[in-house]
Amino acid sequence: MTAATVTARRAFTDTSFVAPGEQAEEEQLTLAFSFRNVTKQFKDKRVLQGIDLDVQEGQFVAIIGKSGCGKSTLLRLLAGLDRPTSGAIVYGAEAKEQKRTRIMFQEPRLLPWARVIANVEVGLTGIEKGEVARRNSQEILAEVGLADRGGEWPSVLSGGQRQRVALARALVGHPSILALDEPLGALDALTRIEMQQLLERIWIAKKFTAVLVTHDVTEAVALADRVVVIDSGRISLDLTIPVERPRRHASPELAFYERQILDRLYNR
Amino acid sequence: MSRALSSFGRSTLGWLLPALLLAGWEGASRAGLIPANVLPAPSAVGEAFWKLLLSGELIENIRISTLRALSGFAVGGLIGFSLGLANGLSSLSRELTDTTLQMIRNIPHLALIPLVILWFGIDEEAKLFLVALGVFFPIYVNTLLGIQGVDPQLVEMGRIYGMSRRQLFLRVILPGALPSIFVGLRYALGIMWLTLIVAETISASSGLGYMAMQAREFLLIDVVVLSILIYALLGKLADALARFLERLSLQWHPAYQTV
Repeated sequence: MTAATVTARRAFTDTSFVAPGEQAEEEQLTLAFSFRNVTKQFKDKRVLQGIDLDVQEGQFVAIIGKSGCGKSTLLRLLAGLDRPTSGAIVYGAEAKEQKRTRIMFQEPRLLPWARVIANVEVGLTGIEKGEVARRNSQEILAEVGLADRGGEWPSVLSGGQRQRVALARALVGHPSILALDEPLGALDALTRIEMQQLLERIWIAKKFTAVLVTHDVTEAVALADRVVVIDSGRISLDLTIPVERPRRHASPELAFYERQILDRLYNR
Repeated sequence: MSRALSSFGRSTLGWLLPALLLAGWEGASRAGLIPANVLPAPSAVGEAFWKLLLSGELIENIRISTLRALSGFAVGGLIGFSLGLANGLSSLSRELTDTTLQMIRNIPHLALIPLVILWFGIDEEAKLFLVALGVFFPIYVNTLLGIQGVDPQLVEMGRIYGMSRRQLFLRVILPGALPSIFVGLRYALGIMWLTLIVAETISASSGLGYMAMQAREFLLIDVVVLSILIYALLGKLADALARFLERLSLQWHPAYQTV
């Protein structure tokens, strides 16, 4: 843990804005994954310079930073799409198998030539097949509110609906870690709020570890148990958001945390 | 109902112009505006068609030509498709062969006719070779282009979800390349007839091209016109078939969704 993180945490305890009855984070102390002094270098540019990050199972972590700060790189490392230049990423017992980590992108990345249900079944590649796969895919489609759209082509769906299909595809294999790379970034403001609520509901129901990369501070504070701010390749703030769920958009509590994060982002 | 009617109207609309042309031609011939030794009337061509049909000569020639066209197409198409796939999927294969293929591509394949006649005489191999060569390039180029154009984000998605190389190819790369492959296919079908006709006109002892050349020797101008019309029909038929296949396999594409 960097010095900045420690001070940030202490600063937070001093402010004593802790909502009562918040004990969920104390309950589960099994590690979902842990970054140990991870660096990543592309040619001569160091994108991540020594990231230390422990995330508990079932936690919802938001990673925030200005563009180019290395937050997406961090997520790609977590999902196993890239290898760290140095350091290690240790996964907890639950996420040992690579397929237990899923990533969702800003674009839905659906196969345009496969029906919606078949796209969801892609999430079960190498896990389940045939009848069972179809049934489970149908179930998860219903959970994201698209029960009756399974037989359609992705091209007829709206942007929000496509992203829901992508969410269903990511979740159908019961991942223990879900990495979200600005998945709501391309949606309009109202669809976005709807999707945030859907994401929260499903996260509560499925109890996976969620790591959300975003540049929207409001979104991070509304969804996450913990917000990590990354600035030029380092963690500059690690803040717990002990606000009870369901959270209300634009409540003064959330605004308080939002301001703290913005202050850190702009060094005010 | 009205939609069905209008879709019927649309599909017949394309035939309106040829029908008008035919009617005008017949009228002009009857009125003596077009001399019969320049262009016979459609009715005369119809008569020639009927005669050749009854004698079985026409069917036999169409059969031979179609057989040649299809076998050349199969050989050239298969090689082009395989090389397109290989070069699209492996950069080693591409670097090894693409430059050579692009050089050969720039030679008009019909320019090889004298050489081909020297090599194969006027046997079946000559026609097969020319058609295969002509068909090869559009299929090769468009297959390669299609595979290179597959969205890399989708390929990455497939990898993330643990697709094997085989699954990745069958579920992501091939369907993604298909629209482009169909463009190549339709292009190749056109070149297939063109090549065959030229080859048959120059060196053959059977087939539609031969029939037309022989008719010219005997000044049977109605048969010459008839063969030209049959080329047009066969070309249209091949194109319609390709379109049908395209429609069938590209249902997902917004351009093919009728609802």
